[in-house]
Amino acid sequence: MALNITDIKRIAHLARLEISEQEANQTLTKLTGILSLIEQMQAVDTTGITPMSHSQDVVQRLREDVVTATNQREAFQANAPILGNGSAEKAVDNGLYLVPKVIE
Amino acid sequence: MINSSLKNLSQMLTKKEISSVEMTQTFLDRINKYNPTINAYIALDTNKTLAQAKAADVRIANGTAEPLTGIPFAQKDIFCAKGWQTTCGSKMLANFVAPYDAHVITQFDNAGAVNLGKTNMDEFAMGSSNETSYFGGVKNPWDFDRVPGGSSGGSAAAVAARLCAAATGTDTGGSIRQPASLCGFTGLKPTYGLVSRYGMIAFASSLDQAGPMAKSAEDCALMMNVMTGFDERDSTSLNRPKEDYTRGLSNMQGAQPLKGLRIGLPKEYFADGLDANVAKVVQDAIAEYRKLGAETVDISLPNSQLSIPVYYVLAPAEASSNLSRYDGVRYGHRAAEYDDLMDMYMKSRAEGFGAEVKRRILIGTYVLSAGYYDAYYLKAQQIRRLIADDFTQAFKQCDVIMGPTAPSTAFKAGEKADDPVAMYLQDVYTIATNLAGLPGMSIPAGFSNGLPVGLQLMGNYFDEARMLDVAHAYQQVTDWHTLIPNLDKPNLVLPEGKV
Repeated sequence: MALNITDIKRIAHLARLEISEQEANQTLTKLTGILSLIEQMQAVDTTGITPMSHSQDVVQRLREDVVTATNQREAFQANAPILGNGSAEKAVDNGLYLVPKVIE
Repeated sequence: MINSSLKNLSQMLTKKEISSVEMTQTFLDRINKYNPTINAYIALDTNKTLAQAKAADVRIANGTAEPLTGIPFAQKDIFCAKGWQTTCGSKMLANFVAPYDAHVITQFDNAGAVNLGKTNMDEFAMGSSNETSYFGGVKNPWDFDRVPGGSSGGSAAAVAARLCAAATGTDTGGSIRQPASLCGFTGLKPTYGLVSRYGMIAFASSLDQAGPMAKSAEDCALMMNVMTGFDERDSTSLNRPKEDYTRGLSNMQGAQPLKGLRIGLPKEYFADGLDANVAKVVQDAIAEYRKLGAETVDISLPNSQLSIPVYYVLAPAEASSNLSRYDGVRYGHRAAEYDDLMDMYMKSRAEGFGAEVKRRILIGTYVLSAGYYDAYYLKAQQIRRLIADDFTQAFKQCDVIMGPTAPSTAFKAGEKADDPVAMYLQDVYTIATNLAGLPGMSIPAGFSNGLPVGLQLMGNYFDEARMLDVAHAYQQVTDWHTLIPNLDKPNLVLPEGKV
């Protein structure tokens, strides 16, 4: 499955990564190399093999449905990014995060 | 003092030969002197560090000291440490100050250990040379023109250069063991699930595992006692009885302490692609093990050559999912200029991530995208099972598996930086144990052209104590692990007979 430049741009969009024409071209070369490495898998017959997601066969633990975490909004929001577009303020207001308007 | 074992450092402290503040200051002075060149640490906070040392001195004075109390450690910058800059080697988190402690950090704090600082690493632990760090490369203390390996390159250089008593690392595909091999010290990646991943910034969650990076197997054992243990905040943390990893070390005395031990030698680990000088050092180490009473068994891990292709599907797939959280909204880098929300996401991520991280996000996104899941992700998970089954078969014939840790010694900075596939092959011998969830270890076994060579030990699930015994037995009769680089004359010449 050879990739082309359109594929790279589509994947970059899915991954929410802005990519320039030049970067897309460089990425195409590198990803093609990596995918040809990955292609070695196709030679293996895996009919009937159960996929392995974790090394230990353990089940998901459950816990009591009780509140355990305390509210640390101020501490967490100390790490808020800078708003940008000319503002050097943190992207928070009244305990909320500020993002561009998404609903008209 | 800088070469003393953790046990000796602890004794010096409890006998009041030195205070923790003095010991810590000695390491801080070394860091001030050498770190501007080596770049092992990317965050230092002398006030915080010395406050911990003072608190440790109080504990020692009032008789509540534990084995690691007062000893200064370096922490890989992948671990969140409250109030410390925690970047994971990325521009994305360059201004992130952790609001809470990782479980590993809490364990060291509870033990009274001192945190010297946060160590450099490949960005989001993606790399084998530390060259993908936003904060610059790290010098290999044995030769400043060469890389220390990665991704735990800062911790590796800090241990090798004695800029800490020992350090923590994490290992997703070899990130503790390959740098241990390239910098000449002892590193252990435990069984998946033994050390909590809580507060450890995620790369590939089904493979990531933290472990000790230290001067000897004995030091690693003491650190394992602190690092391991059940933590309900990590859904894959294993609830097992607490072990004392030092319990068998004192039995490794006498002429043949390893009598009866069966060492498996996988033929695939000694085939094409292995540097001839590295192979010679590894064979010499195995010969030493025979002298210690062990017998060797030829084994095969027939699917091991598939571990790199499988890894480069699974790890990027998990990474692309884990790293989707960096959107510029709540923390991390946000672009300075943007139009709408989509534009903000796209620009913030494009600016915040480096080239290798972006490549892996793109691979992961591709293999998980509609129509390709079965061909890539599912297929990789099936072969992962085959690779794990190979080990199950092998451990019916042997107790521990040995081979090289890395295919070569440390390479020159820049040599592989532009060729991702060549870089990926650095982990050809280490990835399989991550996929299987098994413990793996690297110990210093000698030198090739003045550069350290590591011997890899792979054990069965939860067999770390035996692996540490086996490593310790070798370190009782060899002195490779005691040799240190000359930082004032790097590109060194080793003593007679040690080249």
